Amino acid sequence: MAYALQQLINGVTLGMIYGLIAVGYTMVYGIIGMINFAHGDVFMVGSFLSLIALLGLSALGITSVPLALALTLLFAAGLAALYGWTVERVAYRPLRGSFRLAPLISAIGMSITLQNFVQVSQGARVKPIEAIIPGGIRLIDTGDFAVQLSWMQIAIIVITLTILGLFTWLVTKTPLGRTMRACEPDLKMASLLGIDTDRTISLTFVIGAALAAVAGFMFLLYYGVIDFYIGFIAGVKAFTAAVLGGIGSLPGAVIGGLLIGLIETFWSAYFSVEYKDVAAFSILIVVLIFMPTGLLGRAEVEKV
Amino acid sequence: MTALRDAFLSAIVAFGLFGPLVGLVTANGEHGLALTARPIATAVIVGLVFFGRLAMLSWRGRTPRATNRALAERITRSGKYLTPVLLIAAFALPFTGSRYYIDLGTLVLTYIMLGWGLNIVVGLAGLLDLGYVAFYAVGAYSYAILATTFGLGFWTCLPLAGILAALWGVLLGFPVLRLRGDYLAIVTLAFGEIIRIVLINWVSLTNGPNGITGIPRPTLFGLAFSMDGGPGTFAGFFNIEPEVIQRIIFLYYVIFGLALLTNWVSLRLRRLPLGRAWEALREDEVACRSLGINVRNTKLTAFGIGALFGGFAGAFFATRQAFVSPESFTFIESATVLAIVVLGGLGSQLGVALAAIVMIGGLEVLRDLLSTLGDQLHSPFFGDIANELPLYRMLIFGLALVVMMVLRPRGLVSGRTPGVALTKVKEIAPELVAQGRG
Repeated sequence: MAYALQQLINGVTLGMIYGLIAVGYTMVYGIIGMINFAHGDVFMVGSFLSLIALLGLSALGITSVPLALALTLLFAAGLAALYGWTVERVAYRPLRGSFRLAPLISAIGMSITLQNFVQVSQGARVKPIEAIIPGGIRLIDTGDFAVQLSWMQIAIIVITLTILGLFTWLVTKTPLGRTMRACEPDLKMASLLGIDTDRTISLTFVIGAALAAVAGFMFLLYYGVIDFYIGFIAGVKAFTAAVLGGIGSLPGAVIGGLLIGLIETFWSAYFSVEYKDVAAFSILIVVLIFMPTGLLGRAEVEKV
Repeated sequence: MTALRDAFLSAIVAFGLFGPLVGLVTANGEHGLALTARPIATAVIVGLVFFGRLAMLSWRGRTPRATNRALAERITRSGKYLTPVLLIAAFALPFTGSRYYIDLGTLVLTYIMLGWGLNIVVGLAGLLDLGYVAFYAVGAYSYAILATTFGLGFWTCLPLAGILAALWGVLLGFPVLRLRGDYLAIVTLAFGEIIRIVLINWVSLTNGPNGITGIPRPTLFGLAFSMDGGPGTFAGFFNIEPEVIQRIIFLYYVIFGLALLTNWVSLRLRRLPLGRAWEALREDEVACRSLGINVRNTKLTAFGIGALFGGFAGAFFATRQAFVSPESFTFIESATVLAIVVLGGLGSQLGVALAAIVMIGGLEVLRDLLSTLGDQLHSPFFGDIANELPLYRMLIFGLALVVMMVLRPRGLVSGRTPGVALTKVKEIAPELVAQGRG
């Protein structure tokens, strides 16, 4: 029981990270109907930016942990947002209205580019860091097994919930959120009604990338080790989360992320660690084939 | 003036993008990771972006876009002469006797074959398959396991490997029949990864990450290419000195033949109703369905036949290396083959060959050239670039995919000319039109 509780805690933490990435996939899919293949790699770039910021701050002599975390978060989210904007501007915008495979291939190209750019510029080796917030609380101690809730996990959950709250406010209450929601069901209609759709799409990518960078930062904090390849697997899993939750649905993405995190953690704990990626990929395939609309998604009507 | 402002803004964006990731390198110091600054590299990149943007803006202002089209048409037309030249060059390559070039040629031909195989799926049928390497892996492992457990030879296993891969192609094709382009892409990617993970973890069958060693080499009508020169070997039969190069040349011609077979089959298939159905499917699935084309069978045959050639290439890969391990079948491999097909122009046979030659062979030759240059001039500068060049291969691939899609989404060599077209304009009398027969 204690073991299961521990897995639950770990799964929720992991799920939070996946949920944050999944929001970016689902937002972009909702508006322009394409899978932003490079999103997982923007997450990886965000993770590297956080690493650089953390190292830079410690070199500058800033030792206060909350200040360092806040500055790193701002730095990584801001620059990753710039990456998101550039990716959209360079690789997707010129292809709007092109034949259907073109943006997808371009996205794959962008993903390969980002991955190899980081590999070339930062090296292929894994980058380990020390735990920034060590320690934690012992919830239950049964003698042979202690359920541990680390400060790191608390920090991750708190930061994610704060960011998601901020994001929900942005989407539901601000003019920007309103234009985004207007673009989602019908881009052409929105543009006829005077919404600058290009700007809205750009901002969608910017927000998605910033959220992915937050996820990347937390991935770095949680695992303490990153490399240039983390974006691929995490990207596919987050995409699975978005599909599971119903692509296009923002709460669905977070729920899907939590589910994927939990499934992965429990699968590794009770079945096999080697096949944990297979579990995530199989869920993707099963969901797409038997439940293409996901948990909270709407059925897509194919227009001719 | 606006151009200057624009270029300046681009430079600022470039500084934001490349400043931290290029300018500050995380390297292992004495106390864990530490940052090292690289101001010059950053400045060079930002400067390149600034002047590049400036050049682009002034260039775009002057030249009309039509030149782009003219170039492609010229390439397409010169294909008539280029094809025989390439064929003769490929046939004559082993006569150079240089082991380096023959090995390189074999590698390029393997990718050409994979490209042509994937071209059936992506270029003709328009199904974006990101897990093509799975079939390559199935082919390679089929041959490796059949040969090492049952002692079967290469020529027996080649069709078996192809058929097994095709079977997997159809099997994996079944569940994804209903999926659209982008979903299909991500599901095939997942399939590719699943197969790789299974290959790593199913140790009893595949020997896990260590791979399978000692895979037998192919024979020429039962004559082995072994070094002892006995009566049953190639050298012994022809009474010549046994040399390694004989086997290398033989392998080269094997893959040359296999690649030509792939090309021939896909060219013939394009003229069959099936091939036309593929092309129609690529353009519009809904229209296909409403015209009574069996979309399911059309898609499955595309997957199956594409996988078949992937399997052949895989078996060849296994016999050439005499060793297979899951490391050879990563997503990068799928992406490389996809890049070749896309750069070749989604559907063009010649384009795929040219793209493979440029992307696989070109970079290798460039690296070779740079390192020789470095040796000659005794300057470590060129040598360093040469050593770093393989690292940049995938970066160049990725950028090329994006640039290709942005500039010429329909491909470099436009292979999208319809397989059938009305050449003669028939004159119709007005009264026939009035009767509704026009």
